Amino acid sequence: MSENSQRELSEEVVIQLKQMHKWYGEFHVLKDINLEVKKGERIVVCGPSGSGKSTMIRCINRLEEHQQGQIIVNGIELTSDVKNIEEVRREVGMCFQHFNLFPHLTILENLTLAPMWVRKIPKAEAEATAMHYLERVKIPDQANKYPGQLSGGQQQRVAIARSLCMKPKIMLFDEPTSALDPEMIAEVLDVMVTLAEEGMTMICVTHEMGFARKVADRVIFMDAGQVIEENNPHDFFEKPENERTKLFLSQILGH
Amino acid sequence: MTEQKYPIGQYPNLPPPKNSVGVVAWLRDSLFSNWFNTLLTILAIYIVIKTIPGLLDWAFFSADWVGTSRDDCSREGACWVFINVWFDQLMYGRFPEDQVWRIQASYIIAIAAAIPLFIPAVSRKIKTALALFLLVLFPIICFYLYYGGSFGLEVVETTLWGGLFLTLVIAVTGIVMSLPLGILLALGRRSNMPVVKSVCIVFIEFWRGIPLITVLFMASVMFPLFVPEELSPDKLIRALIGVTLFSSAYMAEVVRGGLQAIPKGQYEAAAALGLNYWKSMLLIILPQALKMVIPGIVNTFIGLFKDTTLVLIIGLFDLLGMAQLAATNPNWLGFSIEGYVFAALGFFVFCFTMSRYSQSLERRLNTGHRN
Ligand SMILES: Nc1ncnc2c1ncn2[C@@H]1O[C@H](COP(=O)(O)OP(=O)(O)O)[C@@H](O)[C@H]1O
Ligand SMILES: [Mg+2]
Repeated sequence: MSENSQRELSEEVVIQLKQMHKWYGEFHVLKDINLEVKKGERIVVCGPSGSGKSTMIRCINRLEEHQQGQIIVNGIELTSDVKNIEEVRREVGMCFQHFNLFPHLTILENLTLAPMWVRKIPKAEAEATAMHYLERVKIPDQANKYPGQLSGGQQQRVAIARSLCMKPKIMLFDEPTSALDPEMIAEVLDVMVTLAEEGMTMICVTHEMGFARKVADRVIFMDAGQVIEENNPHDFFEKPENERTKLFLSQILGH
Repeated sequence: MTEQKYPIGQYPNLPPPKNSVGVVAWLRDSLFSNWFNTLLTILAIYIVIKTIPGLLDWAFFSADWVGTSRDDCSREGACWVFINVWFDQLMYGRFPEDQVWRIQASYIIAIAAAIPLFIPAVSRKIKTALALFLLVLFPIICFYLYYGGSFGLEVVETTLWGGLFLTLVIAVTGIVMSLPLGILLALGRRSNMPVVKSVCIVFIEFWRGIPLITVLFMASVMFPLFVPEELSPDKLIRALIGVTLFSSAYMAEVVRGGLQAIPKGQYEAAAALGLNYWKSMLLIILPQALKMVIPGIVNTFIGLFKDTTLVLIIGLFDLLGMAQLAATNPNWLGFSIEGYVFAALGFFVFCFTMSRYSQSLERRLNTGHRN
């Protein structure tokens, strides 16, 4: 049983997608997405490749632009207003499938850059925060190395720490473990579980169903640009309703 | 299967086999690895034996070094007396002899400020300060030193500037100005704003589409046709602007190549952290992009350095122009080879230094493979 489905959630809505549509040129990639995320809620998004999962979470920090409907994050509506976009991005952290660390900077510099240049935090304080989070992801000894000298799992943990250094209110994860060798997946998921337990609001695109069962408050299944099914993890895995969900689950849990 | 020499899992680290390292191995691998390479090696040795002694004889053993006129040269080898006599003009053009110290002073300031930049032990703060001094204050100091007109220094018109000094003025100004301009043009060309983008494209393609000679010619001959004499800037300034705009167009394309090679993920990570356009460019994208195109940037610098010789056609006498001028002096007819060799050596020293420096810079900035 997932004990988290009984969790008391705050009533405060921090992310709101209302009848959101997106097109890439002529291609209708996201169709009528409606989603509300409460403060502290953990959401796992899954679905077949190309179904629009990445596109959807990238709309939340405006790495992609939506053409219709509304996206409201932390009470700020995302429009073409650059000020709003920057304000939202300051509060929303994101981890990518391919880590996207800055290869020309040391790990420590990767972590302190945004706090210093965006939040204007003094260097010493930013470094102290950085070391704190490096300890949290269990690699303080790598602080002065360059990203190219770290393993994939270590790089992804650095990437998570880098986002956390900005003290975000919301974290977005786009398949953070799918570029990793199997033996490194656990170390990254561990960090994410800890983060979830501390009450971070999270949206994770992932196919790690163990992780979904353990921490998700809600699992969302997407296919062909639509949200097909949405449920608590227990019911989602035990009693999927839609045929496409069943097919998908049988494919990824089947072997 | 052969017998195991060591217990499984305990194989020691052995040194490499003797014949894979050392001089003999190098000779064998690089010069005599097969019959074709052996043939080429022998051919090369033959050519070297045939040419080098003659060259050395001309340049050193039969050459004349001291004297004051052409009569001091035996003419069996090179006549370096020619260079000796014309040395000051080759270095400073027609800059008044008693004012040459002003140029020398600027060289000394530049070298003194630049040396600490190459010493690893010097702190970053001092290096930044010195670099800023060289880029901002030093050019102003140079202007007052060279041109004069204040601080009790007499005015030296730019028409008197020449030789290696003029080459350096044009090349360094071009290099220092064209890099930032080129970066801005490259960013503009990739901009989302249609107007900025079109302006940059037109600018780049225009300057890349015409030869530098034409640019210089227009700057010195056509410009005065449209702009009244009093308003038109000095000929040297016009040439400097022409050279700068010309090479900034090339620079823009080199930099754009680097920008295009940066993975999209870097832009996205920077944006996701809340960095705005200029911060993400300055802190994330440009450092990586420029590092990647150092060879191309230095290539453009070297091209620019050598292209400065073209100012000869608008009546400015750089190092090469001065050498040519000296060789056409009635008293020194027939010494153009020595002049050209000297000018070539001068250019080679600077261009080769730039090339080596760029290689060491690349090595130093290499932080391992990109993700
Ligand atoms: N920049 C783009 N331009 C055009 N089509 C795109 C672009 N990015 C993604 N797509 C298309 O949009 C669809 C959804 O992509 P994506 O959100 O990455 O899917 P997922 O993350 O679920 O695998 C895919 O069909 C993909 O080919
Ligand atoms: Mg994806």
